[in-house]
Amino acid sequence: MSRWKRTAILALAVAAVAAFSLLPFLWFLVTSFKTPLEVTAIPPLIIPSGSFGFYRSAFGRYDLLLYVRNSVVVAGCTTLVTMSVSVFAAYALARLRIRRRGLILGGLLIISMFPQISIAGPIWSILQKIGWLNTVQGLVMPYVTLNLPLAVWVLTNFFGELPKEIEEAARIDGCSHAQILFRIVLPLAAPGVFTAAILIFIYAWNEFFFALLIMTRHRLQTLPVGIALFQGQYTMPWGEIAAASIVATLPLVLVVFLFQKRIVRGLSAGALKG
Amino acid sequence: MTAATKKTGARGHASEEVRFAALLLAPCLLVALLFAFYPILYSLYLSLGGTILSLPGSERIFMGAENFIELFHDTVARAALAHTLIFVIVSTALEVMLGLGIALVINRSFRGRGVLRAAVLVPWAIPTVVASQMWRFIFNDNYGLLNYVVFGADPSSFQAWLADPAMSFVAIIIADVWKTSSFAALIMLAGLQMIPDELYESALIDGAGAWQRFKSITLPLVRSSLLIALLFRTLDAFRVFDLVFVMTQGGPADATNVLQFYGYRKIFAEGFLGYGSAISVLVFFVSCAVCVFYIRALGMKMFGADE
Repeated sequence: MSRWKRTAILALAVAAVAAFSLLPFLWFLVTSFKTPLEVTAIPPLIIPSGSFGFYRSAFGRYDLLLYVRNSVVVAGCTTLVTMSVSVFAAYALARLRIRRRGLILGGLLIISMFPQISIAGPIWSILQKIGWLNTVQGLVMPYVTLNLPLAVWVLTNFFGELPKEIEEAARIDGCSHAQILFRIVLPLAAPGVFTAAILIFIYAWNEFFFALLIMTRHRLQTLPVGIALFQGQYTMPWGEIAAASIVATLPLVLVVFLFQKRIVRGLSAGALKG
Repeated sequence: MTAATKKTGARGHASEEVRFAALLLAPCLLVALLFAFYPILYSLYLSLGGTILSLPGSERIFMGAENFIELFHDTVARAALAHTLIFVIVSTALEVMLGLGIALVINRSFRGRGVLRAAVLVPWAIPTVVASQMWRFIFNDNYGLLNYVVFGADPSSFQAWLADPAMSFVAIIIADVWKTSSFAALIMLAGLQMIPDELYESALIDGAGAWQRFKSITLPLVRSSLLIALLFRTLDAFRVFDLVFVMTQGGPADATNVLQFYGYRKIFAEGFLGYGSAISVLVFFVSCAVCVFYIRALGMKMFGADE
């Protein structure tokens, strides 16, 4: 095959992959900048008039800002709590002498295989008993649990890859394990910690099932629940749904383009070594 | 220093380490026990009872295997199980094939590869609810893009795709394939990156064609990452919920009703915690079986690798 032909085939394949990944999303982006008449037009308008009307209405009439705020709080807290719990656990698993290390790692891995429905009923009744339904901590705790496997596995791998010599030297200098963890391991593992944090934040930002069950009060609902339950009075408010979707997605798209390398590495590290 | 003091010193050191390790692990294990393992066992217990939410006293009813017997005769549940299995098999097969194709493209070196990889991550990163609304809009009966692409500008011939039992099922598979193929691609990309270039070079020298190189180098060496992608996708496909909730609500006429959605409806819409728990126990054991099957196929690499 000639060089020219091979380049052409690669270019075609690249275009196909890009179109597959982006076109449906771009269609919603275009829709969000239309006017109500343009949304229902046949043939569909490819280039919108650039109206911000749907954004104004999504924030003004559909409480979009409320959902954004709730999502920021829930995803932020989930990330913070999961990271602090799993940084300690991962350090112990990667560096300290522990009996039944394999059992602990395997047991955590099993959690990631649970279908949500098989723990949803009991979690709901537990939360009801302790009065945590419709509270931030009531949603954050299940999220932390479901994210533990990913966080602990990714972090244990990152910690394991750090050179042991520095820690041993610090140990000889009389540093305690706690000092080694905070002063040496954590700064060195910062990239890994950051990667895990991104993955957890994205999970918590996107999660729908538990958010639907636990946050039944409108004032507490997160973005996915808000967007799923968007209702117009007579017709589906497609423009507002598109606008809200873009608002919910834009931070993620930014993160993906900024940290593509880290995310790819984090995902495959979690999967292939796990 | 005598030998004796040295020994106690070392032991003191070791027990400090053990105590510190236990302290570090405690919060993680506590959370896992309280919010994952206890609920699983509690589900099992509930599935043997007749608890109905908002009916005080119903939690004391013991039904034994009755919920499961009823489940076995429940035609909606059987249909939901069939839908779930078909959905899992068809969508994961498509996702892994498409994912491998994408992985092969983003593994090549060309200018702008980083940007393309980021673009591939977009479907994975966006909320499933957003993807569901997006596809629901594309499948819309009055002004959806699909109707225009298929039938042109004549609205009288437009189809109500999501009101058709077979088409709505296809629509959910399409949306799922779009949303998750990129995840499968990334897992397999990691597998592709571990194949040394020299293998391809020597195959080229031996005069192997593109298809032959793919068949005898790429496919065997990417096998284990392909199986891992398949495992992750299968487990995830069993819990399909968001797509169904947003796009079809299980309809039309239960055509897209899947187990997780049915369990959700029984427990949280109708209040049958006992019966719903029987459904969730069924889902749990079916996905356990799948897991064991894949781990066998992977040759038990999963737990041994890090030891």
